[in-house]
Amino acid sequence: MQSQAVEFTLQHFIALLPLLVTSATIIVVMLAIAWKRHHSWTFGLSVIGLNLALLSILPALKVAPIEVTPLLQVDNFACYYMALVLAATLACVTLSHAYLGGESGKGYPGNREELYLLMLLAAAGGLVLVSAQHLASLFIGLELLSLPTYGLVAYAFFNKRSLEGGLKYMVLSAAGSAFLLFGMALLYADAGTLSFAGIGAILAPAAQPGPLVQLGMGMMLVALAFKLSLVPFHLWTPDVYEGAPAPVAAFLATASKVAVFAVLLRLFQLSPAAASPALHDLLALIAVASILFGNLLALLQSNLKRLLGYSSIAHFGYLLVALIASEGMALEAVSVYLATYVLTTLGAFGVVTLMSTPYNGRDCDALYEYRGLFWRRPYLTAVLTVMMLSLAGIPLTAGFIGKFYIITVGVQAELWWLLGALVLGSAIGVFYYLRVMVTLFMVEPNLRRHDAPFNWGQRAGGIMLLLVALLAFVLGVYPQPLLDLVQHAGLAGLMR
Amino acid sequence: MILPWLILIPFIGGLLCWQGERFGATLPRWIALLTMVLLFGLGLWLWATGDYSLAPAPGADPRWAAEFQLQWIERFGISVHLALDGLSVLMISLTGLLGVLSVLCSWKEIQNRVGFFHLNLMWILGGVVGVFLAVDLFLFFFFWEMMLVPMYFLIALWGHSGSDGKSRIYAATKFFIYTQASGLIMLVAILGLVFVHFDQTGVLTFNYADLLRTEMAPGTEYLLMLGFFIAFAVKFPVVPFHSWLPDAHAQAPTAGSVDLAGILLKTAAYGMLRFALPLFPNASAEFAPIAMGLGVFAVVYGALLSFAQTDIKRLVAYSSVSHMGFVLIAIYSGSQIALQGAVVQMLAHGLSAAALFILCGQLYERLHTRDMREMGGVWARMPWLPGVSLFFAAAALGLPGTGNFVGEFLILLGSFRNAPLITVLAATGLVFGSVYSLIMIHRAYFGPAKAEGAVQGLKPRELGMVLGLAALLILLGVYPQPVLDTSAASMHGVQQWMSTALNQLASTR
Repeated sequence: MQSQAVEFTLQHFIALLPLLVTSATIIVVMLAIAWKRHHSWTFGLSVIGLNLALLSILPALKVAPIEVTPLLQVDNFACYYMALVLAATLACVTLSHAYLGGESGKGYPGNREELYLLMLLAAAGGLVLVSAQHLASLFIGLELLSLPTYGLVAYAFFNKRSLEGGLKYMVLSAAGSAFLLFGMALLYADAGTLSFAGIGAILAPAAQPGPLVQLGMGMMLVALAFKLSLVPFHLWTPDVYEGAPAPVAAFLATASKVAVFAVLLRLFQLSPAAASPALHDLLALIAVASILFGNLLALLQSNLKRLLGYSSIAHFGYLLVALIASEGMALEAVSVYLATYVLTTLGAFGVVTLMSTPYNGRDCDALYEYRGLFWRRPYLTAVLTVMMLSLAGIPLTAGFIGKFYIITVGVQAELWWLLGALVLGSAIGVFYYLRVMVTLFMVEPNLRRHDAPFNWGQRAGGIMLLLVALLAFVLGVYPQPLLDLVQHAGLAGLMR
Repeated sequence: MILPWLILIPFIGGLLCWQGERFGATLPRWIALLTMVLLFGLGLWLWATGDYSLAPAPGADPRWAAEFQLQWIERFGISVHLALDGLSVLMISLTGLLGVLSVLCSWKEIQNRVGFFHLNLMWILGGVVGVFLAVDLFLFFFFWEMMLVPMYFLIALWGHSGSDGKSRIYAATKFFIYTQASGLIMLVAILGLVFVHFDQTGVLTFNYADLLRTEMAPGTEYLLMLGFFIAFAVKFPVVPFHSWLPDAHAQAPTAGSVDLAGILLKTAAYGMLRFALPLFPNASAEFAPIAMGLGVFAVVYGALLSFAQTDIKRLVAYSSVSHMGFVLIAIYSGSQIALQGAVVQMLAHGLSAAALFILCGQLYERLHTRDMREMGGVWARMPWLPGVSLFFAAAALGLPGTGNFVGEFLILLGSFRNAPLITVLAATGLVFGSVYSLIMIHRAYFGPAKAEGAVQGLKPRELGMVLGLAALLILLGVYPQPVLDTSAASMHGVQQWMSTALNQLASTR
């Protein structure tokens, strides 16, 4: 490995463009903040940078697949998930701008600009993660993604819940990283290499991987399951989601989770050791537990952000079904499901964000505050209704297409027990999604604390949200473009 | 090209209703009425002009009276594939008619959020029409699930609170969860079928015509059939899965009850006739005794529970369980006469249950109670309504001269040859039927009056609705031939599938 000359041509540069552009944006934004604090300029710079990074995926696609140093592999898979991470970050940045408030008067009282910086940093971590093909880059990416997130969660540090959430996330995340490192070490002890493919190649001849490998893989799985908040590593999720400012919660639920799931998927693809029977059963158990516990605990929530947190636990349980299947359309299904999930979650958190806009001490996340919203803000309610239906997987919304894919994969791989859990979980899920939905349409109460500003629809955040809802509807009615995209990205045939 | 319009008209009409509310509460009502009249008119026109000797039958590609196909999701071989035969045109006409009635009966009952109400109402009907037309299994499932959402809103937002303290949201949620969970089981079964077909031919498709040719191992076929059966059984409702129905009915607004009893339950029977039997004939034949047993149980159990109710809408709801039990027996009997009877019974029950629910609604608007213990003596206090109620109660118990009689008679006649015991037991349902129908009339309208003073009589709109339904029911009772002719070919196809399988089963045993 060391003997390999590291060649770096223009092609490699082009392949790395999305990451480079994002990093450049980080530096520019940092310098701009140092030079002069200005909320809208910082926001503008971040948005321009993220858009450029999104655009730079197109040239990167031309040279893909290409190996950039042994650490990173830029292929269609990476490009697709880069686009997903960047788009999600873009949406979160837009929401943050609305959330933090305008230039003068009401809004977030502290320094606003650093939020963008932290979010961009985390996005860069996500980009590294989705193209990682080496345990070292996996670790670097994961830490680059996590460290700024601590800051983000605790961004409203003068709010007790936010600070508590940040600390909790940091401590548990550090424990997760320790597991990850230990697992990697064990794996290295057996395989003698850190690259995914290398581990796979060395361990493939052995029909039954040794206990060291299994333990190592298990520990890595624990760490990743922690990031994906799968049961039983989910305990931080509701508190952190509740404490974090709404746009940050959106980022945690979308960009961060997508990136981690992407790397998990690649690890599974390239290292067959991951598919040993014991781990397989363990994963199935985690999936069933996540689906059932996520949905059951969500039933008890009266706080929308906590509810969404639990619902995201259940959704990643559904996703695991496809990961466990690992055949046929599994990869395609994961890609489609993640896209629809990101869209839906962004929409749901977006509504919470706009309802809490501008920042005034606490987020508008108690369910009773949404009572009768339909009669005050009909279109905002329509957005949230579409999102709830989409999370529940009802036809006419994107979520249905995602769920349809997962069930398809499950049937194809004949995972009847997991499918049973999925059906049961969905039935439970419907109950609390409906509860949120019907709250929106009930008779208006007299007390009223928060409301989205009247002209929410004419601001960047509102327009973005309406677009998200429209997209969720259009993809539900006519998903072919997304499926084409996923197929042409070559994701269909990659699985064993 | 007319088929997609049958679905689009209610959807577009619904959106117009929603936006029309800006210009006052009356506009949405008129838009909705026009939409439904248009749908009904189109249905009748199709009925009058189509050639309904064309219907799917075993051994050949299905032939349809009208067909429409458009690529939709190529990845899975899913297309927007709509087709019409005699069975669907009858159901669509019924949908149109009951659509008109549900708009009319909400004219005074619904006073708040009128536009949004009609949006939901129109979308339910659009979804139902979609179910009756879809011959792509994905599309069928799509409409099947989609119509739940507006129905949920209809019950949850405009419903009444129940007599025993159960809230309307409870009822709506129960309805939604029952049907959604069972729907997902059907989706798993649909996908199972698609992949069995895929393994045989290498073609991924959800098209009805292609899937009909799938060959399955007996065990697989039985399991997949059960997946379909559970989804249909919940909506039907077959007895162990029926408990959502009385709650949903009792809490729904009148228009919701009319749609629920009149059309939504029929989608389940339609689904069995169109999908469950033709796709899995052998498994269905094997399952037939169980299904018919469930049917008999539903007939008797529904009737008994109906008798025990004090809430007049719950009484009618349980009577629906009983009446649909006859349809279930007929579907699995494998006899052409019984199947024809099932179609007539579905139409007749649609009309009579709708009328009874409309009457309950009118009674409720006047007395502000649905509890029969607080009624009594209404006969003397108001004209028309009690008399008309008596007529529909008599129809519900299967009085000769009404469509219900024709339906039940044909069902019993047809089923007797194959399943004499079941038929005899089911016939007792007629006796129980008269008991609960008459007890309803007795408790609500006769006896000592609980209050003094005249009750406001029926308005021409209200009277027109119920008298129109009565006329149609009598027409169906004395001259059912047009209906029988229209559905003959479709039912013949179903009967052939079933009887071939039944004969095979008999010869192997």
